[in-house]
Amino acid sequence: MTDRATESPREAIVAEIMLSTENLSMRFGGLTAVADLAISIEKNEIAGLIGPNGAGKTTAFNVITGMYRPSEGRVRYKGKDITGLKPHSITELGVARTFQNIRLFRDLTVLENVLVGCNMSIDTGIFGATLHLPGYLKKEKGARDFAMKLLESVGLAGQAGENAVSLPYGKQRRLEIVRALATKPTMLLLDEPAAGMNPQESVELMALIRRVRDEFDLTIFLIEHHMQVVMGVCDHMYVLDYGVTIAHGDPSSIQKNPKVIEAYLGVE
Amino acid sequence: MKLKKNHLYSLIAIAAFAVFALVGELFFDAFTLRIFNNCAIYIVLALSLNLLNGFTGLFSLGHAGFMAVGAYVCALLTMPPELKEMNYFLVPIVPWLKNLTLPFVPALIVAGLVSAFVGFLIGAPALRLRDDYLAIATLGFAEIIRVLITNLQSITNGAQGLKGLPRYSTTWVVWICAGLTVLFMVMLMRSSYGRSMKAVRDDEIAAEAMGINVFKVKVTSFTVSSFFAGIGGALLGHMITTIDPKMFTFMLTFNILLIVVLGGVGSITGSVVAAIAVTVLMEVLRFLDEPMNLIFVKTGGLPGLRMVVFSAMLMIVVIFRQRGLMGNREFSWNMVSGLRNAFVRKGAGGQDRGHSGHGGRDGHDGQGDGKSEGGHRG
Repeated sequence: MTDRATESPREAIVAEIMLSTENLSMRFGGLTAVADLAISIEKNEIAGLIGPNGAGKTTAFNVITGMYRPSEGRVRYKGKDITGLKPHSITELGVARTFQNIRLFRDLTVLENVLVGCNMSIDTGIFGATLHLPGYLKKEKGARDFAMKLLESVGLAGQAGENAVSLPYGKQRRLEIVRALATKPTMLLLDEPAAGMNPQESVELMALIRRVRDEFDLTIFLIEHHMQVVMGVCDHMYVLDYGVTIAHGDPSSIQKNPKVIEAYLGVE
Repeated sequence: MKLKKNHLYSLIAIAAFAVFALVGELFFDAFTLRIFNNCAIYIVLALSLNLLNGFTGLFSLGHAGFMAVGAYVCALLTMPPELKEMNYFLVPIVPWLKNLTLPFVPALIVAGLVSAFVGFLIGAPALRLRDDYLAIATLGFAEIIRVLITNLQSITNGAQGLKGLPRYSTTWVVWICAGLTVLFMVMLMRSSYGRSMKAVRDDEIAAEAMGINVFKVKVTSFTVSSFFAGIGGALLGHMITTIDPKMFTFMLTFNILLIVVLGGVGSITGSVVAAIAVTVLMEVLRFLDEPMNLIFVKTGGLPGLRMVVFSAMLMIVVIFRQRGLMGNREFSWNMVSGLRNAFVRKGAGGQDRGHSGHGGRDGHDGQGDGKSEGGHRG
C-alpha cells in the first residue's frame, strides 16, 4: 500500500471511480458463471481479479467488455452505463483489453498489428483511405509514428516488419499489450498476461505493467491465476470462486483470508 | 533510390504490356483476342471475390447473382429502344425502361452501383451469419436473383435473355477496367481499411476489441465486392453480346472461386496470375472434350473432360499448396531481384545469402506474369 501512495500521489486527492459493476451476473443456461459481482476500481489503480480455474474470471471480463450481455446487473465506466454496448463501442470509449489465449492477427506484421489498434484514429472513410487523400496520409503517418514509438517502448521496434506469430511467446504477450495501448485507452484489462510465463518473466511483465500504467496514465484491471505473481503489483484484489466474490481487499489481507486459502488449497 | 528504380520497372512493364495489348488488338485473330479479353474480365471477377474470401474472410458463393444484376442493368441501359422492341416479343418491356438509354461508361458505373446496392441489401442480413452458413445464404440469394430475373419478364425478358447487345467490351475497355480494379485493390489493401478487413479475417474477436466495427467492415467489403462483380458481369455481357439467366448459375461462381483458390486466397497477384492461367487453360484444354485418337484407344469425345483436369488441379493445389500459388504474398520487384540473386548464387557456387530457396521459388510464380501484373496497375 505504501508504494501505491508514492507512485500516484494524485490518487490520494481525487479518487475517481473508473470502472464499477453492480450485482453483475452472467448465466449460461443453468450455470451461473458470475454471480453478483460488484467491483469498483479507482483511477490509476492496478486491480486484480484472481481465482482458481473456472472461477468465472474471463467471463467477468467478457461481460465488462461487451462480448456477452449480462443476465443481470450494470457495468459503469466513468459513471456512464455501458451495459450491453458492442465491444467496439466500449473500446472507443477507452477500455482496451488483451486475451488469455493470445489473439494476434496472424497474417499481419508486428507493426500492422499495432496499426490496427490505431485504426480508430484514422477514420477517413473507405474512399479517403483507398485514394490515399492528403488528410488520410497525414493521419496514417501520425499513426505509424505512434505505433513505432509504442513498439520501441517495449523493445519490439526491431521486429516491426516480422510476422506477428513468428515472435516468441513472451514477445507476443507484450505485442498484445502494445496493440491494446494503440487504441489510446484510459482503462486496460489484461486477461492472464503472465499465463505460460516462468516466474522471472512474470516479474518482468509486472514491472512492465506498472511502467505502462505510469507512462500512459492508465487504470489497470488484470486477471491472474497465480496469486504470488499479482501480490506485488496489485493495489486491490477481488477473488472469485465458482462465480462468487469470496473476498476483496488489499493483497496482504487477501493472503491471510481463510476463504481464499480454502478456495486455492481446498480443505482437509 | 530503390523505390524509384522499382517505379521505373513498373512503368516499363506497363508500357510493355500496353504495346503487347496494342499488337494483340491488331494481329490476334478474333478467337485469341476473345480469350485475351476474357482474362481481363476474370481478373476483375476474381479480385472482387478475393476481396471477400481472401481479405475479409467471408466465404460467399453468391457472386453469379451480383454479376447477373450488373450484366442486366448495363444491358438494359445500353440497348437502343428498337433493339429492346425486337428482344421483348413475348411480353413487352415496361414503358419507363424502353426509352432509357445511356452511353456505355455511365451505364457500366450505374450497373456497378446497382449491383453494390443489391449487395448491401443482401449483405446486411446475411452477414450476421458466419462461415458455411454465410456461404449457403449467399448461394441462396444468388439463386433468388436468378429466379427473379427469369420471372420478371417485362423487365428482363425472362428466360429468352437479351440478344444482340452492342459489343462495347473492347480490348481497351476490359483491360483498363482490370487495371483500375487491380489499382483499387492494391490501394485499398495498403490503407487502414484494408488492414481492418485483414484484421477481421484473422481474428474477429480481437478486431472488435481494437475498436473495429466488424459488421460495418464486413458489409462494406461485401458492397465493394458486389460493385466489382457487377462491373465484371456487365463487361462479360457486352463481350458475349447475349445474356440469359442460365449464364449466371453456380458454375460461374465456381469458376471464379477456382481462380481465387488456385491463385492464393488473399493475394492480388495470385488472382491475376490464376485468372489468366485458368482462362487460357479453359480454351487450350478444349481438345480434351473432342474425340481423340490415342493410337490404342479411340475416345468418342467426352464433353466435360476439361473440367476433370481443373478439378484434379484444384485437388493437387489444395493437397500440396493449401494456400494457393501465391499464398497471401504479393508480387514485388524485390521478389524478382531476390530470384535473380538466387540464380546468380547458384551459378557462382553460392556465397551470398540472398533469399532462401523457398522464397526464390515463390518469386518465380510471380515473375512469369510480372509483366502483366505491372500492366494491370496502369
